[in-house]
Amino acid sequence: MKTIKGRVWKYGDDVNTDVIFPGKYTYTVSDPAEMAQYALEDLDPKFVKEVQPQDIIVAGKNWGCGSSREQAVVCLKEIGLGAIIAKSFARIYYRNCINNALPAIISPETFDAVSSGDEIEINMITGMIKTNGAEFVFPPIPEAVMEIFEKGGLVNFTREMLAKRKREK
Amino acid sequence: MGQTFAQKVLAKKSGKQNIETGEIVQITPDVVLTHDNTAAIHGIFEKMGGEKVYDPQMHAIFLDHATPAPTTKHAENHRQIRDFVENQGISNFYDVGRGICHQVLVEAGLALPGEIVLGSDSHTPHAGVMGSFAAGIGRSEMASIWALGQIWLRVPESIKIVVEGELPAGVYAKDLALTVIGDLGADGALYTSIEWHGETIQDFGLSDRAVLTNMATEMGAKNSYMPPDGKALAYLEKRAKRSFDPIFPDEDASYTQIKRYQADQIAPSIACPHTVDNVKPLREVAGTKINQAFLGSCTNARIEDLKEAANILEKRGVKTGVRLLIIPASSEVYLEAIKKGYLETFIKAGAVIQGPGCGPCMGNHMGVPAVGEVTISTANRNFQGRMGTKESEIYLASPAVVAASAVAGYITHPSDL
Repeated sequence: MKTIKGRVWKYGDDVNTDVIFPGKYTYTVSDPAEMAQYALEDLDPKFVKEVQPQDIIVAGKNWGCGSSREQAVVCLKEIGLGAIIAKSFARIYYRNCINNALPAIISPETFDAVSSGDEIEINMITGMIKTNGAEFVFPPIPEAVMEIFEKGGLVNFTREMLAKRKREK
Repeated sequence: MGQTFAQKVLAKKSGKQNIETGEIVQITPDVVLTHDNTAAIHGIFEKMGGEKVYDPQMHAIFLDHATPAPTTKHAENHRQIRDFVENQGISNFYDVGRGICHQVLVEAGLALPGEIVLGSDSHTPHAGVMGSFAAGIGRSEMASIWALGQIWLRVPESIKIVVEGELPAGVYAKDLALTVIGDLGADGALYTSIEWHGETIQDFGLSDRAVLTNMATEMGAKNSYMPPDGKALAYLEKRAKRSFDPIFPDEDASYTQIKRYQADQIAPSIACPHTVDNVKPLREVAGTKINQAFLGSCTNARIEDLKEAANILEKRGVKTGVRLLIIPASSEVYLEAIKKGYLETFIKAGAVIQGPGCGPCMGNHMGVPAVGEVTISTANRNFQGRMGTKESEIYLASPAVVAASAVAGYITHPSDL
């Protein structure tokens, strides 16, 4: 998790969750492995066929706007995506990323510096992105929520909290 | 310096005197809203080691997204939710046919001034119409609230939108909502709390106000707030599930932006494919042929909306070859529409009326378009693939324009019929 290195899949502004994970599957597909098959179905059909673990999505502003559906994060996590770098994220999508321990990094400079297929290296400890000979700094995850991230997501975090409460009772 | 609504409500709920924007607070919501996604959230809850929910009284559960069940798989999902409701002793449960969660939450007196509503649905800010702090969240964090009774929230910056004057005849709250979204853009209110002020807002009924709080989501807003006035309090008098304490922003609160609109400058507007902020004056796309018209959704399917449509469809018929789908937002609206005779008008005009729920809004069932077809809709989203196939186009407009277009067979304003 300290270093993420992968190839870029670049997309534009305001990519919504309907094209990341279509609404018609939201109440019938519950297995993450099956969710992964529909990732970006209406945005880029090539993605699912060619994506490699640790690859990185680089997007414009407001990535993940629209529906709150968490499957739009889970399907990408399941594929093994390394991170999403965007100019900005829609609010619920950003929270869903933290809760699923999928790095969501805000870096407008990176968007301007890369093309699809380029290599990117992200250092989560130093908050640095290296690509095409350039280096960019990104803001850290808010400290108050870092613990959720470090425990591998909200399921693990809550499980530990709940177990602790039960012990204390 | 005074405090915004968001600062005041989050300070109160986190037990602090004053809080700054950007601060992260832990709060216990008053209401947690889930719908057809309840079974999936229950699955996450169990993975977290959850057995009994933190507080069954906090829950409000609605079956609305794909109801009545279109497939066995959907029916199985509903069955699991009913089992969960029974096992956990949850009383605020609204089964198939009662209506769309955001509308029914308000009707049931569960959207209350000064309270915090969190919902696993992006249009949860709708409940701000009653002066609640209402925000959408994901499934995992909903499960975590069920288990722990708390969640972290970042205190948002606030945008104040002030609307003064009177809308011209034939211009509606939907046109105002679309104008503001077109102006601010899909991320224009990202992470922020929107407060609606001004005499136009005060003159609006609750139904028109709800169009604005509902659609604030399409600008990225975290929540959307209407100061609860006499109209809101009168509505709640017989409905409120418990006593409540309204919260109002201070006069000298600090906003990142104050946007002012003159209502008499708003024109009939339409959101064109494939984004909600792709807003144009209606006249620019008037004449575009349609295959389907949809009057429904949490945005625009209340009795006031059906009344506008009935006025236009009275003694008129839906154009041959065009489908007009009408889905009242709730059973309460449905019943009222029967009493007022609107349904008779709709049926005589050739419309299809279906039971309350979300209908085809997100492409599940009850009237999805074919490849290459054009839909005009009163809903809140027109994203590519939203209604089931990415090879179709969706335009968003007011109920009056949707009804008029169904009669004409092309996009038109009722004044041009």
